[in-house]
Amino acid sequence: MSGNWEVISETGLQFFGKISASISHELKNVMAIINENAGLLEDLTVMAEKGMPIDPQRLRTQASRIMKQVRRGDDIIKSMNRFAHSVDEPLRQADLNDSLALVCTLSGRFAFMRGVTLELQPPSTQVPIITNPFFLQNLIGLCLDFAMGCAGAGKTVFLKAEKTEGRAKIGFSKLQGLANRETGSFPGERERALLQALKADLVIRKELGEMHLTFPLQAEG
Amino acid sequence: MSEKVLLVDDEQDFLEAMATRMKDRGMEVSTTTSAADALKKVEEGGYDAVVLDLMMPEMDGLEVLKAMKEKRPELQIILLTGYASVQKGVEAMKFGAMDFIEKPADLKVLTEKIHQARAQKMVLVEKKIQEKVKRMIQEKGW
Repeated sequence: MSGNWEVISETGLQFFGKISASISHELKNVMAIINENAGLLEDLTVMAEKGMPIDPQRLRTQASRIMKQVRRGDDIIKSMNRFAHSVDEPLRQADLNDSLALVCTLSGRFAFMRGVTLELQPPSTQVPIITNPFFLQNLIGLCLDFAMGCAGAGKTVFLKAEKTEGRAKIGFSKLQGLANRETGSFPGERERALLQALKADLVIRKELGEMHLTFPLQAEG
Repeated sequence: MSEKVLLVDDEQDFLEAMATRMKDRGMEVSTTTSAADALKKVEEGGYDAVVLDLMMPEMDGLEVLKAMKEKRPELQIILLTGYASVQKGVEAMKFGAMDFIEKPADLKVLTEKIHQARAQKMVLVEKKIQEKVKRMIQEKGW
């Protein structure tokens, strides 16, 4: 695997930090909701101690809201764990559908903040790929960030992973603002370094509002 | 008279639970998940305090804060956020936020801040009325 390691290291650390900060923010929100609902249960207990009747339906609602947030927190932590383990090995077999889905999940908050919806097309087939999982996620993350900027608020970015002509491919489509967007600075130094390291190609089709990333099915060690 | 509070956060479940607890403590509470709607509500007036999440979709929380202070300088804004950055907190205070509280918050502490917010707002409103009266007296030459 070749590439500009200084740039790759720096962008990797930035990506790891950005995702970690977003996850910590999400978990804080989960804890805040649990905190308020637990507080409501405490309020109901105080009321009961004063002789006021408790409505069982209200208790059920509070318990279900807490359970919902526990499930949400568990999902966030599972994604965080998968993301953290992506730096364990320099080369590993992965399904491109799973890698794309993970980056979409991890980028969910960024999309929400920008008013963009991410729509992952259901996989038609498995796309096994042997590559550096962290570099792959980092490159998908950078391209997704650009794609969200092109789509604009209130819009949807469609994503699909597939196998095509002996390569693995990720398509970003319905990028309505791409035609009018200045793409001179994209791909930038960071994207170029990762494209080179992964032996990947990036094709931007402004007129179609599409962008494609293609990868070899097996990267070199 | 009870405090009139506007809660602004992008998490509906958080708003519902927090609003119920605040109402149980005698406050009059409105909620919204939208920055634009929050600005509209503030423009309509009548709030003693706004409890605002710094991380909002559509518009940056600091921008929302600035816009609210421009519309209603006397309004007291308490930032409540999971975004634990000292720099953001300092910036928010510079733009006129009354306080900065981290999530998950202690409702007792927040309630105390809301009481203080109302008192501060009353002082500012009274000062504004006094200045207006003083100006009128000067203009009329009384």
